[in-house]
Amino acid sequence: MEHYNMKLTLKVWKQKNSNAAGSFETYQVSDISSEMSFLEMFDVLNEQLVNEGKEPIAFDHDCREGICGMCSMYINGRAHGPWTKNTVCQLHMRAFNDGETIVVEPWRAAAFPVIKDLMVDRSAFDRIIQAGGFISVNTGNAVDANSLPVDKKDADTAFDAASCIGCGACVAACKNSSAMLFVSAKVSQLALLPQGQPERETRVLNMVTQMDKEGFGNCTNTYACEAECPKGISVANIARMNREYLKAGLNSEAK
Amino acid sequence: MTWKHYFTSSIGRKLIMGLTGLFLITFLIVHCSINSMIFFNDGGETFNHWAHFMGTNVIIRIMEIGLFAGLILHIVQGYMLTAQNKKARPVKYDTNKPNENSKWYSRSMGLLGTLLLLFLILHIYHFWTPSRLGGIANIRPLEETNLSAYNNQQALNLYAEMKLVFENNLWVVIVYILGVISLAWHLMHGFQSAFQSLGINHKRYTPIIKNVGVAFSIIVPLIFALMPLAFYLGWIN
Ligand code: HEM
Ligand code: SF4
Ligand code: FES
Repeated sequence: MEHYNMKLTLKVWKQKNSNAAGSFETYQVSDISSEMSFLEMFDVLNEQLVNEGKEPIAFDHDCREGICGMCSMYINGRAHGPWTKNTVCQLHMRAFNDGETIVVEPWRAAAFPVIKDLMVDRSAFDRIIQAGGFISVNTGNAVDANSLPVDKKDADTAFDAASCIGCGACVAACKNSSAMLFVSAKVSQLALLPQGQPERETRVLNMVTQMDKEGFGNCTNTYACEAECPKGISVANIARMNREYLKAGLNSEAK
Repeated sequence: MTWKHYFTSSIGRKLIMGLTGLFLITFLIVHCSINSMIFFNDGGETFNHWAHFMGTNVIIRIMEIGLFAGLILHIVQGYMLTAQNKKARPVKYDTNKPNENSKWYSRSMGLLGTLLLLFLILHIYHFWTPSRLGGIANIRPLEETNLSAYNNQQALNLYAEMKLVFENNLWVVIVYILGVISLAWHLMHGFQSAFQSLGINHKRYTPIIKNVGVAFSIIVPLIFALMPLAFYLGWIN
């Protein structure tokens, strides 16, 4: 791939805190290498701002290798930018052209309030996990590996679901800010495995209840989530969660 | 999980949406089949025969109540979901490219449904009200067509009513065609979506469901669109 340097105009969302009204600020950066990652480009910009005595832009990041799910930017109208099955940290500047203007916004959802600039509070996801995204096991010696037989197909499907990194791009991309893809990945992963069976029904009921309580929207099955998910989590998980939920709800003994 | 919680949860509401949606689809099949009898071009004889049956059979009339209940539930639920979904994103994106990740009609179910609702109000006023409640001046008695089987009954000649509504009214024909176009797009997403809402997504069957959905969403509205056109253009009389 041909290497090139570029000059860019960045239109970035700036917001002091969750109560303040935010607005866009425009910045210029130059000498951006096409081999940089998008976050490295932001590092250059922030260094420039610090040198100018200005406040740097706050953004989330951690692993920078596409596995932690922290980097969350809505770039030029797409969650995680123009590449599919990709995170912001894995987005390279060769996705852009010299002289381009790039618009960068935080995830937009009532359930993900902006903390500062491009950082949003995704603790709603943590509370959904706390409501049921776990299994109960006895402590003590680790059980023998492979002591529980698992069908290969189920193991693979559970593994695919388990690859969700909790980034929230599904919520960001969905017109309803629905968290169904994330929650369904977590529900599926455990519902498919023998370890998940004891809490299978209470899990799905409690997690969906918490999801609704957090103010995420409903699912219209537009499948924008699957298209924008960096891990390619399938909407088949949403159907599985619907099944699990509808069945568990009917089975419930509460009146 | 109480019943109330079940049916007011996000997934419970979609259960209702999906079930009522599929119920409305089965109604469309019946409606479209019976109305297609006008294409026999027999002066409405076959069509009127079935219209008479649908209007007088007790079981059908009871099912008709279910149909209205289902339709109202679908509409109310649809608007409640749409309102909740709007609230879930109070601040919009400045720059957004939703076409890169989803189809416009899948994101426009509320709008398409509203267009459908406006059409349905007119449609019910045109045909259901006179045929069920009776008493509008323009209705010609059944004897005007040679339906000897019912010769003494003062039943409505629904075929004549169709002719009356469409024959010389370009605007009505246009509105009906716009109505069925909204239906086509609503179903283009809705047909397969209903199965997903009910938890049906399968590597083998979902592609079939999707293809049947696309075919249904084209064929049924097309047949419906041909009805006002046929009267307006004089293909049948
Ligand atoms: C008359 C007014 C109507 C309105 C206002 C309306 C509204 C809606 C809305 C808003 C949705 C999407 C809900 C969501 O997922 O967020 C929807 C879904 C649907 N509609 Fe309608 N609709 C109407 C009529 C119809 C008719 C006549 C049919 C069929 C003959 C129909 C079939 C469906 C189906 C199959 C779905 C998909 C259900 C699902 O995703 O689970 N609708 N409707
Ligand atoms: S489902 Fe995909 S987009 Fe949603 S949180 Fe998990 S990894 Fe991110
Ligand atoms: S920083 Fe960890 S996924 Fe991007």
